[in-house]
Amino acid sequence: MNKLLAEEMYYLMVLGRAFEYAAKENYMQGNISGFLHLDIGQEALSVGAVKAFEKGDIFSGYREHIMAMSRGLEPKAVMAELFGKVTGVSGGKGGSMHLFEPAHFFYGGDAIVGGQLPNAVGCAYARAFLEQDEGVMAIFGDGATNGGAFFESLNIAATHKLPLLFLCENNEYAIGTNIQRTAPFREQAKKAEPYMMTYTVDGMDVEAVYEVVSEAKKQIESGHGPVFVEAFTCRYEGHSVSDANSYRSAQEMAHCKARDPIQRFKKALHEKWLCTNEEIQNIEKKAYEEVEDAVKYAEESPEPEADALFEHVFYEERENVVS
Amino acid sequence: MLYREALNKALDEVMQADDTVVTLGEDVGLYGGSFRVTEGLVEKYGEKRVIDTPIAELSIVGNAVGMAIGGLRPVAEIMTGNFSLLAFDQIINHMAKLHYMSNGKIILPIVVRFPQGVSRQLAAQHSESYEQMLCAVPGLRVLSVNDVNYAYHALKYAILSDDPVVFIEHELLYNKKGEVDFTQKLNPFQARIAKEGRDITIVSYLKMVDDVMLAVPEIEKELGCSCEVIDLCSLNPVDYETLKKSIEKTSRFVMVEEDHKTGGYGGQIVSWAAEEMFYALDAPPLRLAGKDVPVPYNRTLELLSIPTPESIARDIVAWGKKNDV
Repeated sequence: MNKLLAEEMYYLMVLGRAFEYAAKENYMQGNISGFLHLDIGQEALSVGAVKAFEKGDIFSGYREHIMAMSRGLEPKAVMAELFGKVTGVSGGKGGSMHLFEPAHFFYGGDAIVGGQLPNAVGCAYARAFLEQDEGVMAIFGDGATNGGAFFESLNIAATHKLPLLFLCENNEYAIGTNIQRTAPFREQAKKAEPYMMTYTVDGMDVEAVYEVVSEAKKQIESGHGPVFVEAFTCRYEGHSVSDANSYRSAQEMAHCKARDPIQRFKKALHEKWLCTNEEIQNIEKKAYEEVEDAVKYAEESPEPEADALFEHVFYEERENVVS
Repeated sequence: MLYREALNKALDEVMQADDTVVTLGEDVGLYGGSFRVTEGLVEKYGEKRVIDTPIAELSIVGNAVGMAIGGLRPVAEIMTGNFSLLAFDQIINHMAKLHYMSNGKIILPIVVRFPQGVSRQLAAQHSESYEQMLCAVPGLRVLSVNDVNYAYHALKYAILSDDPVVFIEHELLYNKKGEVDFTQKLNPFQARIAKEGRDITIVSYLKMVDDVMLAVPEIEKELGCSCEVIDLCSLNPVDYETLKKSIEKTSRFVMVEEDHKTGGYGGQIVSWAAEEMFYALDAPPLRLAGKDVPVPYNRTLELLSIPTPESIARDIVAWGKKNDV
């Protein structure tokens, strides 16, 4: 990783956290509604994995704002989507949980736990079939590894040796239930071991995540089949903004925050890349301004017109359908 | 040509013309397809395009969605309607919604096909009909054709369409014989008038159209009237124009379907007639449907659970006499 990339990733992590806090604030003010799942605490994982998987398709779940922005989606278009505005990534029809941008090979945005996994498998099949070089990354939480879609996907991806990277973000909680109460072990990579090569990584360390995902990406592109990466992480907030996070003790939260990914990476910027305080402050300032602009843009953007209700139910017009 | 051969021909032609069309499902490849719809395709197009899947319906449709995102045109086969329930998350939450939720950015050219309905003593987990649930999902087009010629044209249309289509078949139609006019331009969303008539409009679809046609001579003899029989072909959207013209002519309307009566598909058509055609009707609509029971194994009970040519004739004659047809 060179200095330029390190600075970019630090920028995205700071941007991501500031974005999430701004989203929370606007939720409290009633500007954002519905379900809002914040990624605060997991920035190293979201930024590191997406930057390492620079090209190729990404399918993720509903805690995807920072992944989307790391993939190149404009913060203002993401914020406008949270506000339900017509200028949002999905025209205000998807909301926080459904950010899709095929131009950036980013496919959300799935609010059915594990529902994106069979889609990622199918897309990897298509990429291999069409002999396109880049693979596919499916990102999902520990909770998804208990569902049938997960096991079906491991099986099919391994059978066809598909170029698919399974990335499990293990924050140990499926909403409010600890993974060890619903699975026989803490490490969900064990479930994938019979099918493919697996890695585990500290998901609070952006450099480690970047390295492991880069290595895994090389492997899936070499034609030997899928790879499983499990990153252990910690979300600082509840499952969604409406979850008070009462099931985790103060001690547990303190332990989480002691591993804070942004503080840790900031230290590395000083020590490894010899960034000055001024350089780091400039990056942070730029990120905060970007978020401010995004909120302003979302506030000022218009609501969708009523006609939008019936747009995009189908791609083809009814009148045109003649064989 | 047989109905299943017409489907095979449609699939074959589209696969020949477009390398991105693939078909996937349980036993579609080396085995030749449970109902031989995909027979011979794997020999022609290879295992990468005719894909034998595990018994995992959620993935069959879920993978098809991903394949479409990745640039293919998948045709997914599910062995029977009851098994499609395992794929309903992907059909409803993904295939039907991603285009809308992405504000039109994701385009999904997918066909999901399966046979359904009462065949012969397959019991409750292999005999049900699910068009009523699928037609209640915005974002899906639902085709369900009775006629061999339509089977060819409608499936071909469905595969060429850039929207997701659920293509519902019936196990007892696969060996039906008919002629295919390969040169015809045919709109699969237009209802087919299976028989013209003046006095009663009988609307049906899929296999029940044949049972209605078998019942018609008896009805016409007993009531001294003439029946018009309409095969819907497309269950969503519905060709209400054709229904309207027919009911305006006959002023009487009967709906015949195989699925359970409560919550069944025909309720939508009768509801439309009540709202839109009330003053054109000279008699209350009659709705004949399957009984509200799981389909039983025993042949006598099984036949009692759905409309048959005999019961259709008997019920329409009784309704006709009561209402001065």
